Amino acid sequence: AAAQSRPSALQSGESLATLKNESDSLKKKLEEERAKLHDVELNQVAEKVELVSALSIRTRRVLKGHGNKVLCMDWCKDKRRLVSSSQDGKVIVWDGYTLNKEHAVTMPCTWVMACAYAPSGCAVACGGLDNKCSVYPLSLDKNENLAAKKKSVAMHTNYLSGCSFTNSDMQLLTSSGDGTCALWDVESGQLLQSFHGHTADVLSLNLAPSETGNTFVSGGCDKKANVWDMLPCASVSCRLYDLRADREVAVYQKDSIIFGASSVDFSLSGRLLFAGYNDYTINVWDVLKGNRISVLFGHENRVSCVKVSPDGTSFASASWDTSLRIWA
Amino acid sequence: MNSSGLFSAVRLVAQLKLEASVERIKVSQAASELQQYCLQNAGKDALLVGVPGGSNPFREPRSCAVL
Repeated sequence: AAAQSRPSALQSGESLATLKNESDSLKKKLEEERAKLHDVELNQVAEKVELVSALSIRTRRVLKGHGNKVLCMDWCKDKRRLVSSSQDGKVIVWDGYTLNKEHAVTMPCTWVMACAYAPSGCAVACGGLDNKCSVYPLSLDKNENLAAKKKSVAMHTNYLSGCSFTNSDMQLLTSSGDGTCALWDVESGQLLQSFHGHTADVLSLNLAPSETGNTFVSGGCDKKANVWDMLPCASVSCRLYDLRADREVAVYQKDSIIFGASSVDFSLSGRLLFAGYNDYTINVWDVLKGNRISVLFGHENRVSCVKVSPDGTSFASASWDTSLRIWA
Repeated sequence: MNSSGLFSAVRLVAQLKLEASVERIKVSQAASELQQYCLQNAGKDALLVGVPGGSNPFREPRSCAVL
């Protein structure tokens, strides 16, 4: 096994310089290959498409209850419940229709930077400055102390920046300030796979929607977005990258936008891109034509997270102003 | 000799070869397929086209919350 893992180049005595030349020429070749396919811009292809007509999106709910910046949120698959986490150390599960707070957990740390709803709707995962990701089964008994059933699943060597269940409640994918992403078995807490490649903190991750669900993308402070096979940073622009053309196909930016975007999500058909910004607004972009359709005002501080609901009838935003809003 | 530097250089070359071998399509084709997907699904996109009155639970006036 040891002989198999040693790269063959070492055996043939290649030097560091030869390898550097080879990697430089491969990088150059990759850039040339990608450039050859760049025959048109996305918005040129979309020229004949009708403009999006006026949208009537406005705030329909305001969820108040956190005592400090809301850093992350996630929808339950029932399209009605949400989980949110805050710098105040609390994780809250909300009924988005009635605004009832169904569960609340106080974490042992402040800055709970990541939270996720389990696909079954029966548990939530969260973590942050504790460098861990823990799973809390949601009890139907309102009097039960959720913290008692807490299960520590992921352990990183720096803050937890993102977490997401894969297709089931059994596996958890995490991203961390330690520069890595990792896949964990929830039941045993075992590390199944770790993903090294970023050269700085990893700030976010997202799974490709598919039944087999075996690719995900991560973004980091090294300004790279990596697409990973599972067994396998703040920019003022939003960019659309097509995996099949292996290049960027659209950029969504305006000179008047000088604050960074923190989070994005697509509407159900992919035509609208909702992006939350540090200037407290949410911009709605036409994905095909590249223009900004509207600006949504309401939050009183940075927007940290935006997510469209599972059936696309609304989207939610979380903010440092301690509230969440549901827009429809 | 710095063997760990050598090992990561070899890994980088292997990764770049993997990326070079990826099949790619032209942007025009990718763009036209993106557009087709958006237009085909537009009717189901409630945030884009709205929904007939009474079917978006968030647009319904909600029952009074007990304070």
